[in-house]
Amino acid sequence: MKYRSVFDIIGPIMIGPSSSHTAGAARIGRMTRKLFGREPEWADIYLYGSFAKTYKGHGTDVAIVGGILDFDTFDERISQSLEIAKKNNINIRFIEEDALTDHPNTARIRMGDKDGEIELVGISIGGGKAEITELNGFDLKLTGHHPAILVMHNDKHGAIAAVTNILARHEINIGHMEVSRKEQGKEALMVIETDQNIPDELLHQLEQTENIVQVVKISV
Amino acid sequence: MFRNVSELVELAETQNISISEVMIRQEIEVAEKTREEIMDQMDRNLQVMEKSVEEGLKGVRSRSGLTGGDAVLIQNYMQDKEPLSGHLLLDAVSKAVATNEVNAAMGTICATPTAGSAGVVPGTLFAVKNRLNPTREQMIRYLFTAGAFGQVVANNAFISGAAGGCQAEVGSAAGMAAAAIVEMAGGTPSQSAEAMAITLKNMLGLVCDPVAGLVEVPCVKRNAMGAANAIVAADLALAGVKSRIPCDEVIGAMYRIGQSMPTALKETAQGGLAATTTGRELEAKIFGIDLKKE
Repeated sequence: MKYRSVFDIIGPIMIGPSSSHTAGAARIGRMTRKLFGREPEWADIYLYGSFAKTYKGHGTDVAIVGGILDFDTFDERISQSLEIAKKNNINIRFIEEDALTDHPNTARIRMGDKDGEIELVGISIGGGKAEITELNGFDLKLTGHHPAILVMHNDKHGAIAAVTNILARHEINIGHMEVSRKEQGKEALMVIETDQNIPDELLHQLEQTENIVQVVKISV
Repeated sequence: MFRNVSELVELAETQNISISEVMIRQEIEVAEKTREEIMDQMDRNLQVMEKSVEEGLKGVRSRSGLTGGDAVLIQNYMQDKEPLSGHLLLDAVSKAVATNEVNAAMGTICATPTAGSAGVVPGTLFAVKNRLNPTREQMIRYLFTAGAFGQVVANNAFISGAAGGCQAEVGSAAGMAAAAIVEMAGGTPSQSAEAMAITLKNMLGLVCDPVAGLVEVPCVKRNAMGAANAIVAADLALAGVKSRIPCDEVIGAMYRIGQSMPTALKETAQGGLAATTTGRELEAKIFGIDLKKE
């Protein structure tokens, strides 16, 4: 089941006007920022479906940029995000796409700086909830029925074992897991669905592990 | 975890507990938190709802100028005259409007289940509160009951206008509110389910057609009518009226209607009221677009 917590329904506390187009959009932006791990120098934001048609009215643009600046849904700075991004010298572009997507509220975000870049597709599924469906060209085939994390890591021996060991020690059971890589020894990705919630402290602990680059909860 | 309304009602009735208690116990398990933490978290949502109603009743205006000030108009009317629809009903309506006016003005709100439908649950709660004098805990429980029904809709259909039209958004909010009113008024879990079914039946087919794509016209007034719908349906259920079509099947019907609804009527601002002459004129004025170009 996609909605597991009562606070997905009663909540989030947010700046208006639209949970799908503002809060959910802010969360897609923020997930991208978290996966990138730092403030980018530039971001290209491609909007599809209802996002493309109505983003100005709903403040979807303002919200996504707010997320890229690492603001939460209730952060009142969201309404000034475009100005703040400009002041921080982040070069932002919006591109309206006509292509039909599986979900009406879809955004593709590419962001980067001189040290690297990231590309992600996120959907805003309603009530402020958002999901990542694609990351750096990796399709994420998740059931959406369980809590899930993404682990960006270096394709080195022991990286996967280290992560699963930590989860095991905290009595977290893995229901589904996928590992993919671009090429041997380079950037790789683990997608892990678990039966239990993974507390934020544990995400932090996973990130401290050797060869682990970044860990993010996939659905927030 | 309960998957549908009949399982939710059964969980409550076999253990002889309320719907809100089923939801609280499930949340303790799912979130792995204590009861106190969960009650506190919901109390914070309640505080935000109280503040948005308060702010809206002082009078706000959106950036576009399309909405704002109606909550004040309604409250003033209620002080001057005895409203035809009754004081409690119109009080709920004005407070639903107040919340959505604050939302449209980019103020802080609590999504219930979404921002566009954030007025119905708090609007009805604060109006019914004046009649039933609930404790703080009962007010918090109101939100858990609403949340339990909303969760079923979210997992079996949809709760966003972009996915399923306004029936999915204000329709769900109104159904959630009706179920919560019933519990607060002392009704049974099955009466809550009847109230949800009766409300949602009367919201079926409602499209999402916001003028200029803004969550303002007709969203604010749809929240007003959602609140009215919820209170009337709660009264019907408390009177013993039943829905011939069970609640889960009504939710299923809502899902199928939403799937077959054209994209133009799902929050794309391309059809319905958004595509009327006045709707287009307002859009052009707000965004400074030349109408001839379209």
